[in-house]
Amino acid sequence: MLDRRKLLQYFAAGACVATAPRLAMAKADTDARLVLVILRGAADGLAMAAPYGDGNYDGLRGELALAKPGSEGGVLKIDGIFGLHPSFRGVHSLFEERQAILLHAIATPYRERSHFDGQDMLELGASPGNLLRDGWLNRTLRPLGSSVGDELAIALSQNTPLVLRGTNSVTSWAPSRLPDADDDTLSRLEDLYADDEFFATRLAQAMESQAIAGNMGNLRRRGNDAEQLKAALQSTARFLAVENGLRIAVVESGGWDTHANQGAATGNLANRFAALDEALSGLRDGLGSYWSNTAVLVVTEFGRTARVNGTRGTDHGTATAALLLGGAVSGGRIVADWLGLANRDLYAGRDLYPTTDMRSLFKGVLIEHLGLDDAFVERDVFPESGNAKPLTGLIRTM
Amino acid sequence: MTRESVIAANRFGLGARPGELPDISKDPRGWLLQQLHGPGRTPAEFRNLPRTAGILVEFSELRNARRGERAADRDEPAPDIVRELTRNFREHYLQQTQARYRHAAATDFPFHERLVHFWSNHFAVSADKPPVTAVAGSFENEAIRPHLHGSFAELLVAAEQHPSMILYLDNQRSIGPDSRIGKRANRRRGDREIGLNENLAREILELHTLGVDGGYTQDDVTTFAKVITGWSIGGADPRGRMAEGTPGEFEFRENIHEPGAHRIMGKKYEDRGVRQGEAVLHDLALHPATAKHIATKLARHFVADDPPPQLVESIASAYMESGGDLPTVHAALVNADESWQHTLAKYKTPQDLVVSTFRAFDRVPDDGKLIVGALDTMGHTPYRPGSPAGWPDTAAAWGGADSLYKRIEWSNTVARFVGPLVNPLTLGEDVLGPALGSRTRQAISRAASVMQGMTLLLASPEFQRR
Repeated sequence: MLDRRKLLQYFAAGACVATAPRLAMAKADTDARLVLVILRGAADGLAMAAPYGDGNYDGLRGELALAKPGSEGGVLKIDGIFGLHPSFRGVHSLFEERQAILLHAIATPYRERSHFDGQDMLELGASPGNLLRDGWLNRTLRPLGSSVGDELAIALSQNTPLVLRGTNSVTSWAPSRLPDADDDTLSRLEDLYADDEFFATRLAQAMESQAIAGNMGNLRRRGNDAEQLKAALQSTARFLAVENGLRIAVVESGGWDTHANQGAATGNLANRFAALDEALSGLRDGLGSYWSNTAVLVVTEFGRTARVNGTRGTDHGTATAALLLGGAVSGGRIVADWLGLANRDLYAGRDLYPTTDMRSLFKGVLIEHLGLDDAFVERDVFPESGNAKPLTGLIRTM
Repeated sequence: MTRESVIAANRFGLGARPGELPDISKDPRGWLLQQLHGPGRTPAEFRNLPRTAGILVEFSELRNARRGERAADRDEPAPDIVRELTRNFREHYLQQTQARYRHAAATDFPFHERLVHFWSNHFAVSADKPPVTAVAGSFENEAIRPHLHGSFAELLVAAEQHPSMILYLDNQRSIGPDSRIGKRANRRRGDREIGLNENLAREILELHTLGVDGGYTQDDVTTFAKVITGWSIGGADPRGRMAEGTPGEFEFRENIHEPGAHRIMGKKYEDRGVRQGEAVLHDLALHPATAKHIATKLARHFVADDPPPQLVESIASAYMESGGDLPTVHAALVNADESWQHTLAKYKTPQDLVVSTFRAFDRVPDDGKLIVGALDTMGHTPYRPGSPAGWPDTAAAWGGADSLYKRIEWSNTVARFVGPLVNPLTLGEDVLGPALGSRTRQAISRAASVMQGMTLLLASPEFQRR
């Protein structure tokens, strides 16, 4: 039996993982890696990627408006209309390397303003009135064959998020707030569990997760949202950068509900964007050669109001922005059917008007990146979503 | 100590306390059956908690007092109010959670208490959606706890008309299109959120009564949603059109109720105001699909993830024959031989593990935050299943590797709290009796320290199962 601490050193040293018992045995038709980052609380798409070239932008956004490219605190230019928030330096270089796509004016079919219902809709992949109970990413797993002890997907959180919940087995990992059990006790438990497959399988898998994720002394659950996000994406890289390892990871990030003092080029939201940018760069570095076969989706449940509110923030809106990044992505461009920010073009007179269905993005990624059958995606993953045609050309063809 | 006493105390109850098994051995079934009516009246630790109505009124006052700070054109309250509300929500939540687990650790009616938890989970209102955070525990204490001695129909009406349920499934926002207010609103343009909300109706049919394959259609859902328009909460907006009724209590609002007779699952219901929906609930409660659905859930919770069909059958028959009399149904579960075949058939939920550990230690937790923290870490945050379907009763849904690892860490942590005076082998025999296997005995007796022995006991397959 491999001593646990030795195992830790073994992984930490970057040795090959031929002896890893379970997570490394996942079989699937695809070698692609998919990371879903959910920004909870409705991240402001108009700040994430500002339409600085839209004539109505400065007026609507007032003190929250970002400056033109090239000026101090100016946006990072993508094209003549859109620029990324200046915090997104890493994402911007991905644009320059043609590994990033910005999707704008995108939304789920949800048109009310509750975070909880909006997140449900995003994660169920439902239309209003759908009777779905399980998450769309869980439904995706069926043809990929994710079973107990042989999971393909992992949630980097305490409770499995709705998008991954369902009948297909998934695994989860989160840094613990509890003190570690010592190696001697764990090895005695391995002995004690030897006759009991249920416990033996799970303990072996857990020990391996611990080893892969690294000794998390520096990644305890404490710390602010930014540190937790960085830690979660760092661990994600470790779980995915294993040959025949996990394929799909879901990471959640909270605190995007900027009703007050949102800030513009600097401030609260700018700091969050910077942390997200840094975390995404960390994921890229951590994945190493796996990055070339990775796609990362960054999404949120809905957008925020086009206008600034009375407390220098923004309120719950409708359409927002999303990012698709990764070595597998055919990027360097924008996917947006842009109606503009004139008053008559706003949704309900206050929000960015949604023109792309979030599910079109998800479907496109599942079909092109994970190689899933179109008919399966339409029928089983996103039923009754015929109006949301899959986006095409998102992923590089080999 | 008989094997049956271990099943009675650990699988049907919340975990044996030291010294209990010999007594229970005399008559394990009798020990369970005499608990069916519970402790008589709601225990003091729950009676003394603030009631749902009071909590909701407190919040609406807090909101209204600060309404001046809101700009006229915004939907959102000012952020400092949000912070203050969140703090208050959290306080109520912790208070209710602490009462729940203190009681579970100490009660002499552990079977009854498990039934309370079962039914509260059946009618789950998940505490992740404010203001439900503050009123999920009070829902359990007001709608579930006092209603396990009568019929399922009474429990059903109490649960669906409780303000926490109405809020959780948005029924206060559901407005009949042909009601007085609905018609007026539809004449004006631009009024958002005017119309039916089917959430409550759908979950009643799918989760609370018939079950997903129970034979109803989408038309039945929509029609039922119309029938229960007007099921709302009193004093929702003291200045506006929702001012009527006792603030924070269930209120039937005629002015948003969709008028007329309606047909659901082939039966016509005349418009008798609130009685119309209650009549539907009474019929749903007596439907064979409901009997089957509830029998299956009970058998799955108490006996096995994949329960024997014959057991489900006998509970469902008792249900139909008694008209859904809950003590009769619960007794059928106890009296079925299939319930007693396997000793350790269920993997404990994190909550089962925490409660049974406190009972084994004969201790009552005095800090609610510790319990919430432990359960959150193990992936089972109290009152927060995250969906109206509640926590699944099958281990596959929450019994993953990471969760087991945290159960081990937790066992290891609490083992240190009991100190060296409790002998783990004696304790294992006391609470697991003949179910304590030789492998575990051996591991405990060879442990390097008393503390390590205690960790091994708590983390052993025998203690982790029920």
